[in-house]
Amino acid sequence: MNNGMMFTKTHEWVRKEGEGVVLAGLSAHAVTEMGDLVFINLPQVGTKVTAGETMADVESVKAVSDVYSPVSGVVAEVNESLADAPEKINEAPYASWIAKIESVEIPEGLMTEEEYEEYLKDI
Amino acid sequence: MKLVFERSRKGAGTSYFPANDVEDRVLPEHLLRETPLRLPELSETQISRHYTKLASEVFGVNNGFYPLGSCTMKYNPRINEKIAALDGFRNIHPLQSDDTIQGALEVLSLAEKYFCEITGMDNMTFQPSAGAHGELTGVLLIKAYHHSRGDFGRTRIIVPDSAHGTNPATASMAGFTVVTIPSGKDGRVDIEALQAAAGDDVAGIMLTNPNTVGIFEKDILKITEIVHKAGGLAYYDGANLNAIMGIARPGDMNFDIVHLNLHKTFSTPHGGGGPGSGPVGCKEFLSRFLPGPVCVDEGGSYKTIMPAYSIGRVKSFYGNFLVVLRALAYVMTLGSDGIRTSCEQAVLNANYMKRRLEERFESAFAGHCMHEFVLTLAGLKKETGVSALDFAKALLDEKMHPPTMYFPLIVPEALMLEPTETESLQEMDRAVDVYMRLFELAHSDPEYFHTAPHTTSVKRPDEVLAAREPKLRYGFSE
Repeated sequence: MNNGMMFTKTHEWVRKEGEGVVLAGLSAHAVTEMGDLVFINLPQVGTKVTAGETMADVESVKAVSDVYSPVSGVVAEVNESLADAPEKINEAPYASWIAKIESVEIPEGLMTEEEYEEYLKDI
Repeated sequence: MKLVFERSRKGAGTSYFPANDVEDRVLPEHLLRETPLRLPELSETQISRHYTKLASEVFGVNNGFYPLGSCTMKYNPRINEKIAALDGFRNIHPLQSDDTIQGALEVLSLAEKYFCEITGMDNMTFQPSAGAHGELTGVLLIKAYHHSRGDFGRTRIIVPDSAHGTNPATASMAGFTVVTIPSGKDGRVDIEALQAAAGDDVAGIMLTNPNTVGIFEKDILKITEIVHKAGGLAYYDGANLNAIMGIARPGDMNFDIVHLNLHKTFSTPHGGGGPGSGPVGCKEFLSRFLPGPVCVDEGGSYKTIMPAYSIGRVKSFYGNFLVVLRALAYVMTLGSDGIRTSCEQAVLNANYMKRRLEERFESAFAGHCMHEFVLTLAGLKKETGVSALDFAKALLDEKMHPPTMYFPLIVPEALMLEPTETESLQEMDRAVDVYMRLFELAHSDPEYFHTAPHTTSVKRPDEVLAAREPKLRYGFSE
């Protein structure tokens, strides 16, 4: 993975934070589609996550949606400040990381920002 | 409008309690309250006006068009109310002995017979008080069945991604892990994904047919076969039964368990507390697990028993008995031909509206639908900025209830319409005309939609604030 942001088909972003360590959050497209977030269920530190499987869930005024882990690894830290203020994700999705994941294995199929932009045009 | 507590004025009230004609029973001191109840004090005129005003703020199926998808908001025939108000039904008590309530037990027995006939099941419980409650009961039957065979390794329930939100919630509530399987491009269950998910850890599948996008799962026999071969059971979510009643039966699709929503399909009151009723039917091999008491017909006399391996009570006594009675009245009024005709009319109405609306609107799925259909306003939103929410709000000004919004989740900017069989051609034409006019208006004056509704007493509630800081009780000043 390069140092830029990578995206999943399920609209999560992931960014390299150190050796084998990444930050993950929700894309701007995801939060626009969901609308105002009112609640987030954060993962527990120490949880093993698998790429493509649920790691958290968010509730908007419309619905509850799963947040899928973009990589496999172990949750090293969660962004606790989001629990009281999930609206931060609406305001700044790329600054509002949800989980810091370590011992990371990067799956195939993640998209670069340009590829993700293209992908959004088709859906 | 003001709450009844805000209208209260000290000394204005009148006590209407009748004189006590039974022996006084004094409670022990420690059980008595120390402060008086904070009851509002109003005159009879004020009370009457208050509740008349409240009633006028309500919009129900008796006020106008109410095409709330997946909710089957059909007309509630008055004859149901007349039957439910009969003294012999109204003035009995559930603690009476079986021999003094034979008529009521006959109602339950007859209702079981007819609803089993409609669904292709063998036995039924009337205890669950609504759909989701029925789901939980059904999934607990699945659990009891596997456990009775000494099989404790089945921890997963399969749910399609188009399912009602209550399905995964129910499975979790019953202690299962939910496996979501994706829908194919045609809106139906992806058979390959189902095949891949079905294993010896699967307890069962929860499925609605037609599904929530109003499409019949044509591979239903294949679906139930895959689940059964993996050793799981098939649960039919009865929310959409209005699309098939009298024509096809979940039992014949090889479902093992079914729940019904009497307040949807069988015309009992819906919303405002109803109350609802969510009977659960099952095939014979599961009958011994049903909640009890259940009613048994012993050749013309009836008694209540607890099934041998019952999962226990899920509600007190016999469930919402008077609701079951209303549903029975409905079924007996229609007869088997009438049930079939109602279903056909419901499907015809939905297809009529779908085809007419497709002149302007985009359907989420092409082709014929069953009793309901889904539009997507994604294109309109992109073009004009008017979202499904904005559009729904503008419909309120037209004195009609909006369709279901943002459901199913697999369709962006979804509006889901279910006109039901009790809407006339004229009413549907009027609704289509309104939708068409609003569609044009979205292009010429999108701002109108962002501030809608304009004529209702409550405008746009702050949904975010309501979700984050819900006010669940009145704050008394003193």
